[in-house]
Amino acid sequence: MAMHKITVTVNGTAHSAEVESRFLLVHFIREVLGLTGTHIGCDTTHCGACTVLLDGEPVKSCTVLAVQAHGRRVMTVEGLERDGKLDPIQEGFMQEHGLQCGFCTPGMMMTGHALLRRTKNPSEAEIRQAISGNLCRCTGYVNIVKAVQYAAAKQQ
Amino acid sequence: MIPAAFDYHAPESLSDALALLDQHGEDAKVLAGGMSLLPMLKIRLAQVGHLVDIGRIPGLEYAKEEGGFLKIGAATKEAALERSDLIRSKYPILLDTAAVIADPLVRNRATVGGNLAHGDPANDHPATMLALGASVVVRGPKGERAIPVDQFFRGLFTTALASNEILTEIRIPVPPARSGGAYLKLERKVGDFATAGAAAQVTLGAGGAIEKAGIGLTNAGPTPIKAVEAEKFLAGKRPDDQTLQEAGRLAARAASPSPDRRGAADYKREMARVLTVRALKAAIRRAGGPS
Ligand SMILES: Cc1cc2nc3c(=O)[nH]c(=O)nc-3n(C[C@H](O)[C@H](O)[C@H](O)COP(=O)(O)OP(=O)(O)OC[C@H]3O[C@@H](n4cnc5c(N)ncnc54)[C@H](O)[C@@H]3O)c2cc1C
Ligand code: FES
Ligand code: FES
Repeated sequence: MAMHKITVTVNGTAHSAEVESRFLLVHFIREVLGLTGTHIGCDTTHCGACTVLLDGEPVKSCTVLAVQAHGRRVMTVEGLERDGKLDPIQEGFMQEHGLQCGFCTPGMMMTGHALLRRTKNPSEAEIRQAISGNLCRCTGYVNIVKAVQYAAAKQQ
Repeated sequence: MIPAAFDYHAPESLSDALALLDQHGEDAKVLAGGMSLLPMLKIRLAQVGHLVDIGRIPGLEYAKEEGGFLKIGAATKEAALERSDLIRSKYPILLDTAAVIADPLVRNRATVGGNLAHGDPANDHPATMLALGASVVVRGPKGERAIPVDQFFRGLFTTALASNEILTEIRIPVPPARSGGAYLKLERKVGDFATAGAAAQVTLGAGGAIEKAGIGLTNAGPTPIKAVEAEKFLAGKRPDDQTLQEAGRLAARAASPSPDRRGAADYKREMARVLTVRALKAAIRRAGGPS
C-alpha cells in the first residue's frame, strides 16, 4: 500500500498527513481535518455538495485524490468567515433565504464565492451557468440566484 | 467510495512520466484531470496498479497558433479553453464544444487530451476534432509521432495510444479564410452526455460554394464517427437547403447508435441528422456565407 506524506494549505493553514494513494481529498478534509462543512452527496461527481476551491477554482473534492492536492491551497466553507465576519456570499444566503435543508449550501457558496472573485457583477444567466454543476433538491434555485446577486451588490 | 488500492506517481517531467509508464506497462495509466478515470476507479469499472499523474509536468497547458496550426497542450483544462481569447475569437466551434462538456466544476479539472485519450464516443471533443481534421501528437519511448484523429479511435474506450505513450498536443490546421465551424449537442440536462451531437467545419470558395466540409458525430456508435460520405457529397456544392438536408441524411446513415435511456436508435439517428443540418448552417453562417 503506497503512502504519501502530503502538506496541503487549507483555509490558510498548512496541514500535513500521511495518506494512501487512493485517499480522496473530501475524506482528507472531513475525516483528517474534521472540517465537516464540505458534504458528500452523490459521490459520483454529479452533485457538487463536495465543492471546495483548489488553488482558487471550484472543484468536486470527491473526485480529487488527496495526494493531488499536495503543495496546493484548498479553501472550504469554513474558510469563508473572516475574523467573525461572514463573507458576503454567506450573508446573501441568509438574507435571501437561499437554503432549505442546507445540504447543497456549502458547495453552492464556494462556487458562488469563486464566481464573484472572477466576475464582479454577473448576470442571472452567468450565475445559473456557474452553479449548473451544483444540484439543489429543495429551493428551485430562485433564491440561490438572489443570494449570489445580493453578495455581488454587497461587494460593489 | 474509495478506489481499490493503487500506487500514485507525480513525475515532474515528461521523460520521467514515460519511464514510469514503460516500467509498469499495462498495469499503469496516465492520470490527467481524473474526471473520467477517478469515477471509473471509484465504482470499480476500472482497476489499475499505478497512476502516473501528468498534472505536475510543466509545459502541457497552452493554446496557441504556430506554424500553420492551432496547438493545444494535452493537459489544457476545458475551463482554460473556454477563457482563451484566441479560442473565443477564432475558434467558436471549440468554445461550443468545451461549454457543453459536463459542468463548470468538472471543466476546471477535465483536460482536452483526456477527453480524446479516453476513447469514449460519448465525449464531445472527438467529433469536433474529426470535423477540424486535427492530429494528436504522441510521445513514447521511441520518440514522437503524430496520429490523424480519424485514425485515433479504434473501438469503445480504445485508441491508437500504446500503454507507454502520452498524448502531448492536439494540432489543428489553421482554417483558411471564409471558414467556420459549429458544434451542437442535444442533452437531457446539464452535465449529461449527448443524446446526439454534431460538429461541422466548412470552408467556402470564392463563388460561395462549399470547398471543404468536415463532419463529426458524438455518441452515434462505438467510436466517434466521421461522416465521410456527407463530407464528400458537400464538396463543390452550393450550400442551399436541399443540399444540406441531403448531407444530414448521409451523416445519419453513417451513425449506428445504440438504444439506451437517452432514446431509441432511430430517434438518435434522426437527432444526428437534424443536428448535422443545423451545425452545417451555423458553420456556413460563421464562414460568412448565407444562413
Ligand atoms: C459528471 C460528469 C459529466 C461529464 N460529462 C461529459 C460530457 O458531457 N462530455 C464530455 O465530453 N465529457 C464529459 N465528462 C468526462 C470529462 O470531460 C472527462 O474528464 C474527460 O473526458 C477526460 O479528461 P480528464 O482529463 O479528466 O482525463 P482522465 O479522467 O484523467 O483520463 C481519462 C483517460 O484518458 C487517459 N489519458 C488522459 N490524458 C492522457 C494523455 N495526455 N495521454 C495519454 N492518456 C491520457 C487516462 O489514462 C484515462 O484512461 C463528464 C464527466 C463527469 C464526471
Ligand atoms: S459528492 Fe462530489 S459531486 Fe456529489
Ligand atoms: S437546500 Fe436542500 S439541497 Fe439545496
